[in-house]
Amino acid sequence: MYEVIVIGVSAGGLQALTQIIPEIPKDYPLSIVIVQHRLNDYNDFLAQYLSNLSELAVKEPQTLEPVLPSHIYVAPAGYHLLIERNKKFSLNVDPPVCYSIPSIDVLFQSAATCYRSKLIGIILTGANSDGSDGIKTIKEYGGLTVVQDPNTAEVDFMPKAAINNTDIDHIIPLNQIGIFLKQLELSRVKHE
Amino acid sequence: MHKIETLEFEINMLLEAILFRYGYDFRHYARASLERRVLNRVQLSGLNNISEMIPLILHDPNFFNIFLKDMSITVTEMFRDPFVFKQIRDSVFTQLKTYSRVNIWHAGCATGEEVYSMAIMLKEEGLLKRTQIYATDFNNHSLEIASKGIYPAAKMKQFTENYLNSGGKESFSDYYQAKYECAKLAESLKKHITFANHNLIKDQVFAQMHLVVCRNVLIYFDQDLQNRVLDLFKQSLIHRGFLILGDKESLDFSAVNDSFDKYRYQERIYRRSACV
Repeated sequence: MYEVIVIGVSAGGLQALTQIIPEIPKDYPLSIVIVQHRLNDYNDFLAQYLSNLSELAVKEPQTLEPVLPSHIYVAPAGYHLLIERNKKFSLNVDPPVCYSIPSIDVLFQSAATCYRSKLIGIILTGANSDGSDGIKTIKEYGGLTVVQDPNTAEVDFMPKAAINNTDIDHIIPLNQIGIFLKQLELSRVKHE
Repeated sequence: MHKIETLEFEINMLLEAILFRYGYDFRHYARASLERRVLNRVQLSGLNNISEMIPLILHDPNFFNIFLKDMSITVTEMFRDPFVFKQIRDSVFTQLKTYSRVNIWHAGCATGEEVYSMAIMLKEEGLLKRTQIYATDFNNHSLEIASKGIYPAAKMKQFTENYLNSGGKESFSDYYQAKYECAKLAESLKKHITFANHNLIKDQVFAQMHLVVCRNVLIYFDQDLQNRVLDLFKQSLIHRGFLILGDKESLDFSAVNDSFDKYRYQERIYRRSACV
């Protein structure tokens, strides 16, 4: 079933992630990869912050690092993060996409072609249209698409842009996204 | 067949065409980044697919030059990651000061911002006069920008902030002259820098170095090519010489890991191990 969850989030993201990440249980078998827009602040504050909220290992990946299950990866500030077809991370310092580096589209599109139907893409709160092309690509390659219900978003521009661009599979209020991801995994175990 | 297999086939054909016609070998570039750049070019040039690029590459050298430029466009700053430059100034320079002559190689220097950053620090620490900096890149267009040392004046605010955060000791504005929209870096910095074309993928070592700086270049290469390039650096470095990589690059997955000590790991400053 699903192997990887990619999450794209911008303005209001810290609060949204603070609600979702603690819900993910310790032995969660998927990899989670997050792009959070932020200033190029040359530190790994976000990874450290999320690490305090989660029982999973949280880190900023480096180039050639394999994408491992039960890990949360955070795209480092000032780099685009991509996943290669051999399921290893790669990074680049190409120009910003949608004014953003890291860009959600860049991660989503590379992950979509790598994991196809084994990928879940999630767009959360934000004031930018980054990610709406990426989530479309995920849908085209057979992945599962999820968007935060814009009514529950601190800034609804990004979720709305994603919904307008693609026929999204699930539109979920913020306080239920964590449970959704948890149950997705439980239902899989039942079926097997 | 899924369209992604077709796309991979097209890219392979394109890279073979480039190698055949111009001798540039991009086959060992990290594919995900390369794919984005190629697809961008398809869109910008109004083409329908990658296959349509192939005849253009084969028959129109101007189009190839545009492609080559695409392959080199990266975002960089003077004193990018100030904490790294601070560590170079504080730790590495202390070691370099023990040599009467110092050779530094900026491999893949792109448009030169980090080369001038290094020259400024060397000057402030009294090392520039006895240092020769080799700044190389495979792209002549980038080298031309680098050797001119002219950057948009709008960037100077960020550069100045980075300079101060990296432990800069003087007034940064002393190092450039602003005119209209441009800022030109001081000639006195350039005297100790040699800009030259060098292709990490096929060219060899050309001098013995005390320090090799290659930041955010390896991220564009696959494992095999990273290993080749790292071996080149290993050969080029003197006994106990220094190697500095980008802060998301490392020797962890490389074949030369055992040949280097993690001198300052957070800043990705490595040092050739003492020979056993």
